[in-house]
Amino acid sequence: MKAGVVTFPGSNCDQDVFNVLDNIFDFESDMIWHKEKSLNGYDLIVLPGGFSYGDYLRSGAIARFANIMDSVIDYANQGGLVLGICNGFQILLESDLLPGAMKINDSLKFVCKNVQLQVVNNETPFTNQYENSEIIEMPVAHGEGNYYIDDKRLKNLESNNQIVLKYKDKSENPNGSIENIAGICNKERNIFGLMPHPERCAEDIISPGRSDGYRMFSSIMEEIKVRGEKIAR
Amino acid sequence: MDWEVKIETKLKEGILDPQGKAVKTGLKQLGYDNVESVHVGKYMELILDDIPDKEKAAEMVVDMCEKLLANPVIEDYKYELTEVEG
Repeated sequence: MKAGVVTFPGSNCDQDVFNVLDNIFDFESDMIWHKEKSLNGYDLIVLPGGFSYGDYLRSGAIARFANIMDSVIDYANQGGLVLGICNGFQILLESDLLPGAMKINDSLKFVCKNVQLQVVNNETPFTNQYENSEIIEMPVAHGEGNYYIDDKRLKNLESNNQIVLKYKDKSENPNGSIENIAGICNKERNIFGLMPHPERCAEDIISPGRSDGYRMFSSIMEEIKVRGEKIAR
Repeated sequence: MDWEVKIETKLKEGILDPQGKAVKTGLKQLGYDNVESVHVGKYMELILDDIPDKEKAAEMVVDMCEKLLANPVIEDYKYELTEVEG
């Protein structure tokens, strides 16, 4: 299985994701510089967290026009698995690969802490190793994670089961996101963006006894295995 | 012809503006009780070179706003376009 992690100027979680994919899991992983123009043979593309282009203008707004993004958009539209974490989620929104937009946190503060989340949809390539409605814990670290979407599109998200993760309740919502939304996928389920950082709680040395981040990556492995079997048949 | 462009973006009406709210609280604390609302936005100045007419320049500015300078999901924009001596 082959995974690619895109590095933009200002990405700072790229090595963390790479480490999880390459060392904790069996992904043959590449770091992909934003100036590259093509993507070949990947089972998974990750847009990592950080502050691409210094978050100038809006988080993710300038990264969306990096050379590599046309290939990422093509790859996603062809059904390739794309995971956007934190700044990666913001880039997916700015690219229109996922609906909605991010505002500055309601508190106006950068929030860095563990939060409790509820798995709202476990029938996605990214959450199939969780129980439905399971409460899990992951760290968040962002200043612009206040997810916004208008009423009509929110209803669409809900009726298509595109809301994948929610902050457990209002008290766990670190940013003021509408409906406590923490992560959403597209209608086809192959593109997933979330504000929490699964790569920061995916190995025992960092989060002893907890598998909450680990299982997001094992979900992806499971999905790729199933996809491979389908092709083999 | 060269053009000077002044662009303002701000959150759409009806979308809660956390920065505006905080600034409003600050103004109230200073005693400005008449402050009904505050919206914080962004202001940008651009110079465009060699565009033959105002319509073409305006078209380009709208395109830049829609694609990058504003996020149409949450932000409105407006602009002013004036000819400058090249």
